[in-house]
Amino acid sequence: MSPVVGTPVLRKEDPRLLTGEARYVDDLVIAGARYLGMVRSTEAHAEVSSIDAGPALAVPGVEAVFTGADLQDAWAAPMPCAWPVTADMKNPAHLPVAVGKACYTGDIVAVVVATSRYAAADGAEAVVVDYKPLPAVVDIEDAATDRVVIHESAGTNASYTWALVPDPDAVERAFASAVHTVQERYVQQRLIPEAMEPRGVAVVPQPIGGDLIVYSSTQIPHILKVMLAVTTGVPEHKLRVVAPAVGGGFGSKLNVYAEELIALAIARKLNVPTRWTEDRTENAVATVQGRGQIQHIELAADADGKITAVRVKLLADMGAYLQLVTPGIPLLGAFLYHGVYDVPAYSFECTGVFTNKTPTDAYRGAGRPEATYAIERAIDALAAQVGVGTDEIRRRNYIKPDQFPYASPAGLMFDSGDYEPSLDRALELIGYEGLRKEQADRRASGSTKHLGIGISTYVEMCGLAPSRVLASLNYSAGGWEAATVRLLPTGKAQVVTGATPHGQGHETSWSMLVADRLGIDIDDIEVLHSDTALSPIGMDTYGSRSLSVGGVAIEMAAQKVLDKARIIAAHQMEANEDDLEFVDGEFRVRGTPTKAMPIQAIAFEAFTAHNLPDDIEPNLSESVTYDPPNFTFPFGTHVAVVEIDEDTGHVALVDYAAVDDCGNQVNPLIVSGQLHGGIVQGVAQALWEEAVYDDEGQLRNATLIDYLVPSAAELPSFKLDHTVTPSPTNPLGVKGIGEAGTIGSTPAVMNAVVDALSPFGITDVAMPASPQRLWSLIQEAKTR
Amino acid sequence: MRVSIAVNGVATESDVEPRLLLVHYIRDVVGLTGTNVGCDTSSCGACTIHLDGESVKSCTVLAVQADGGSVTTIEGLATNGELHPMQEAFRENHGLQCGFCTPGMVMAAVSLVEEGRVTDEASVREGLEGNLCRCTGYHNIVKAVLAAAQGAKT
Repeated sequence: MSPVVGTPVLRKEDPRLLTGEARYVDDLVIAGARYLGMVRSTEAHAEVSSIDAGPALAVPGVEAVFTGADLQDAWAAPMPCAWPVTADMKNPAHLPVAVGKACYTGDIVAVVVATSRYAAADGAEAVVVDYKPLPAVVDIEDAATDRVVIHESAGTNASYTWALVPDPDAVERAFASAVHTVQERYVQQRLIPEAMEPRGVAVVPQPIGGDLIVYSSTQIPHILKVMLAVTTGVPEHKLRVVAPAVGGGFGSKLNVYAEELIALAIARKLNVPTRWTEDRTENAVATVQGRGQIQHIELAADADGKITAVRVKLLADMGAYLQLVTPGIPLLGAFLYHGVYDVPAYSFECTGVFTNKTPTDAYRGAGRPEATYAIERAIDALAAQVGVGTDEIRRRNYIKPDQFPYASPAGLMFDSGDYEPSLDRALELIGYEGLRKEQADRRASGSTKHLGIGISTYVEMCGLAPSRVLASLNYSAGGWEAATVRLLPTGKAQVVTGATPHGQGHETSWSMLVADRLGIDIDDIEVLHSDTALSPIGMDTYGSRSLSVGGVAIEMAAQKVLDKARIIAAHQMEANEDDLEFVDGEFRVRGTPTKAMPIQAIAFEAFTAHNLPDDIEPNLSESVTYDPPNFTFPFGTHVAVVEIDEDTGHVALVDYAAVDDCGNQVNPLIVSGQLHGGIVQGVAQALWEEAVYDDEGQLRNATLIDYLVPSAAELPSFKLDHTVTPSPTNPLGVKGIGEAGTIGSTPAVMNAVVDALSPFGITDVAMPASPQRLWSLIQEAKTR
Repeated sequence: MRVSIAVNGVATESDVEPRLLLVHYIRDVVGLTGTNVGCDTSSCGACTIHLDGESVKSCTVLAVQADGGSVTTIEGLATNGELHPMQEAFRENHGLQCGFCTPGMVMAAVSLVEEGRVTDEASVREGLEGNLCRCTGYHNIVKAVLAAAQGAKT
């Protein structure tokens, strides 16, 4: 049997997804379920003067309307924020249904209960709410002035200030003695995650025992179960949370949402099943958004462009309330603003402020794309100042291979890395020399189609996370993952994982790991997940953690199964354990080819327990909870090529190369798929996407007509390659790839845009680089 | 209003509200939930089906407009347990991840090939413009459709 790990195995998940058999929450058939309709504030900031449910109750099919006051007794605690980043962080109470005041246009002020989907929608429209509008706080810098304070109980819009300044004097000295300094201000616009499946929840009270099953389109059934218990007071053991097929998350379903709590509360109150499915326009305001930061980054460098210090100040938009990990998102980037560069002095500070907008929270990369963007844009600015190429400035500053493990200036220990080969290969793939020549030729000929080439080299910290490190960051939970591997009597295997897939192909990858370790065919392995009854212990899927934490747990559990099977095999074959070898799924006695037992036979012996060694328990079922000793640090280099039409400002992404290193690859097919999707999400931030709010706090582009999620027509195919630098911190040597594409791509594209426009003297372009924005910049430059 | 619609070759009949969307007829009345709803502005294409042989976004058609018509959904594509060549191509080329856009994407792609509109990569990209995917970056979807189109020729 040849190993499958490292080969492009087709996914086990696909047939049911390709035939429509997969069941997402909205697909579940639930007899007698009542449909909920959410009445959301039409004002971004307002006192709710009165709510008249009468007209809604007159709608056929509407059975009840609950206001915030009606549901207040259903909450044992406010909505949870699991990451109080500082001891004095302001976290105003956030109720699932607002009482008295609404703080953004997604805030729920009443809930309609109806017998059908359409009646719930009609009912929600019919509820009459009187608002007394208050001035809305929209702009982050304006919010920081406290001109209008959103939460009276907090007394300020500043939720917290968090700083990481290991050696302030060193930073001051570096800037005082710098030959070159760069000061940049970048805006990380707000993004709407837009998972293709809108969120949904269904709650089904069980006929006996007071138990409740909660079906939710979530990345985190395990965490959700704990939080539902805490916030509703339902004892945790009375809850079962199931994430059926989940149609993408990208961080937006790594949360505990008001609708989940409301569906649970109303199911309990009325003792009926409840269900709710978000519509897309609702999703835009009601599901967390990503990014939303103003970044100030300064570099100090010597005459050669060697960076001596990085100083960063952020203003981060929390939105109206703190959701599950809202305040911690900027901190996930706090350690990475020096990027892949060996920088001795480091300073980071972030202030989180409230605004009257949808809360921000995790979105693919969460903090790390922002950090990478700032350093990768700033180093291009440094290259221009020093007068060297954007490739050369990076080579001069990369952390060198012999410096690993690398003690970073921000206090991390980078596990392994070798950055320059990824740059070399990416430049080769894209044909860098030829492109530079073409660019020069076009410029010389006066072409109005401007070519731009942008490079970014990134490193991310992922594999969230060592629990003790999380403790030091004041996070409320651990970062471990749980796994069980068991052999069934007939020799089939069951793998139980606490990681919760929503498109990543865990069933395939986990089967591959176990197939190689235990010599069992992939199709004889079942992976159980996403249901707290089947997989009671888990920390779920986010932060590129599944393989480097959850996968490692599976590898270790499979090894334990194998170790126990070896003891049983030795006993059965009356051989010494040391004389056994495990080949092609069977234990063989070395030198006695006739004596062998397949692992399936040992599974049966372990099941019957008729003839086991005295101190060996029946069955082959081993569990491991793995707490990683360190983060993992994937890296890579991306190169984007754009063409900008001077006459229209239109940017076309014409070519793209990415060379990524996620350590050992389990399934290269899945790795490349993660990269493709990640790259596009990052490109989309650079070129197309932005949640646009007006001065009243109204989201102006809440639909997919107005919010530009790219289609195939806007994009090229990608040129991918990889290097392999295994992580020394886990037995699989793996690092993680879920967020890498998004982290690497945004700065590569924007560096390309700026490069294309450099003949106009343009040195910075805000995102998204829309035709209107570029056209205006070009016109301004021409009239200067 | 009474409508009768053949869905995947099976006659269905029901009294519906005039405003009922065809996608909700398929999902909630007929009970075939493979066709997904991803937006409310006919932008995402997750609900793409074939109506009388043409791909349409079933969130943009009223059930009453489909009265007397014939609908094929993703559930009707595989025959005798064998995946349709387009489904097979999506699997072979890893053209799906979370799978939510996949039924609509596959139905749109089948039409594209059947109508002879696939000539090169650009034709696939243009042809699938009305179907959004957030996971794959389209790279492998385009590969899959090109492979299926090639297979259909040979």
